[in-house]
Amino acid sequence: MTNFPSSTSADGRDSAKAVFAPMSARRLLALGGIGLILVGMLVGDIFAVFVLHQNAARVGESLSAAAHAAMAGDANAVGSSFQSVGSFLENRGTKVDTHVHMIAFGYLALMLAILQPWVALRESTRKKVAWTFLIGAWLLPLGVFLIHYVGLAYSPLAAIGWASIFADLGGALVIVTTLACLFGIARHFSQAQRPPIEDVLLKDRSVAGRILLAGGLALILLGFLHGAYYAAVELDKHEALDTGLLNYLAASASSRHPSEVDKGLGLYGELGAEKAVNIAAHAHAIEFGLLAMLLAFFQPFVSLRDSWKRNWAWVMLLGSLALPVFVLLELKLGLLAGGIADVGGLLVIIALLAMWVGILRYTGEIDAAPRISGGETE
Amino acid sequence: MSAARRLLIVGGIALALLGMIYGVWYAVFVEHQELDGIGRTLATGFSAAARRDAAGADAALIQYKNLKYAYDRHVDVHGHWIGLAMVLIVLGIGIDRMGFSEQFKMLLATALLFGSFLFPLGVLLQTLSGGSVPRVLAVAGSGLVIASLTGMTVGFARGRKA
Repeated sequence: MTNFPSSTSADGRDSAKAVFAPMSARRLLALGGIGLILVGMLVGDIFAVFVLHQNAARVGESLSAAAHAAMAGDANAVGSSFQSVGSFLENRGTKVDTHVHMIAFGYLALMLAILQPWVALRESTRKKVAWTFLIGAWLLPLGVFLIHYVGLAYSPLAAIGWASIFADLGGALVIVTTLACLFGIARHFSQAQRPPIEDVLLKDRSVAGRILLAGGLALILLGFLHGAYYAAVELDKHEALDTGLLNYLAASASSRHPSEVDKGLGLYGELGAEKAVNIAAHAHAIEFGLLAMLLAFFQPFVSLRDSWKRNWAWVMLLGSLALPVFVLLELKLGLLAGGIADVGGLLVIIALLAMWVGILRYTGEIDAAPRISGGETE
Repeated sequence: MSAARRLLIVGGIALALLGMIYGVWYAVFVEHQELDGIGRTLATGFSAAARRDAAGADAALIQYKNLKYAYDRHVDVHGHWIGLAMVLIVLGIGIDRMGFSEQFKMLLATALLFGSFLFPLGVLLQTLSGGSVPRVLAVAGSGLVIASLTGMTVGFARGRKA
């Protein structure tokens, strides 16, 4: 079924157990990291479908209200409309931050899982570090998500609420534990007679791993090329248009031309959408590329047939390519492109889930092996 | 540990630290002032329009433009330094799987590290100088990153036996 060492020999089983033992730091970080990425992606999908567009519409309505208040000569209403814009942007910002931080901490957890053999700390210490990291990595996004709802209720501080305090605590835990891992790595390399490290994750040369490494890096390259094109061709134009349209809106409102105000608001909305899809396509191509590369290293731990490992690698790359490409096409093709982009995101989630289940199967097999062999000898 | 792997991992960690230290400095001393300024100048501009004060609205929106220009670049620098650092570290871990000679891998790693430092630096310098030098640095840096990533993609596709 699989080509991992435990299925082939007692020595291989021992080495598999050693690198991926039950509740070991590496296992905690690998499973916890993929779990964080999965939940972060689901949160992102839910946010995109149920919050993003509705929130953007409310921001547009508040900006429209501000422009019309300026046209009516009501400076107080202008101020309150901009306060509403601020509140909607805060709501949107906290949802985006929840999504981004869960996924980023998941990446960091996977990276720390790969580096565990170089972290020269006792295994019990590494386990504590891994647990603390995961607690912090869940606490920060949860706290950030709740900022908009909890506000300053029962807070001992004038400007910072309990949700922010817990989010900051989560961030501090992640920083401290990452520094602890860095300290362990520095300690390893400072040892005069350090033993050579033979790690199954780095020795793997499977086809699925190669597909994910090359495909992931190609995605990063595509994202980077798109970013370079946007910076060279579109950025200056968009920045000039942003200020130009705001000037146009203010002048139209000042000279009481409602049709001009509405036209300006429409154009400003279109500009916002164009900037948003370009940034989203750039960021998602690079993030999915990085995810594919990180998962390439974990292929020896995915207990599935080689053919299925290759299939899931291709599914992940296909979804990772479809999402940014069709996000870019949203402005031209509308909801159809948006729907295909969502399907792309779903393919990534399904492929990631399949690999996560594969790793869980692997843990089950190496954990069960001693019990089975024990049963045979009795 | 090969020289290319060491360069990418140590360089990546150094770049991540640089990005984080810059981010902390920016968050503490600059970000809130810039965000407050962006909101304030926008509201001031439309309030001036409500008072039929065209000159006041223009002045406020010029301030808004300058603040937004700087804010976008400051955030981009922080994100790109740390993002590129993660790419460097991951590539460092996997560089042994690349089907190239050690010398060529070292050349690609050096170009990627140098480009990853230079490109966001050029963007950062754009907030201090409107001349062409920062833009040249940013373009040169991103060109190095693109060229080296292209080479590495080919290297991973070719693969290498353990």
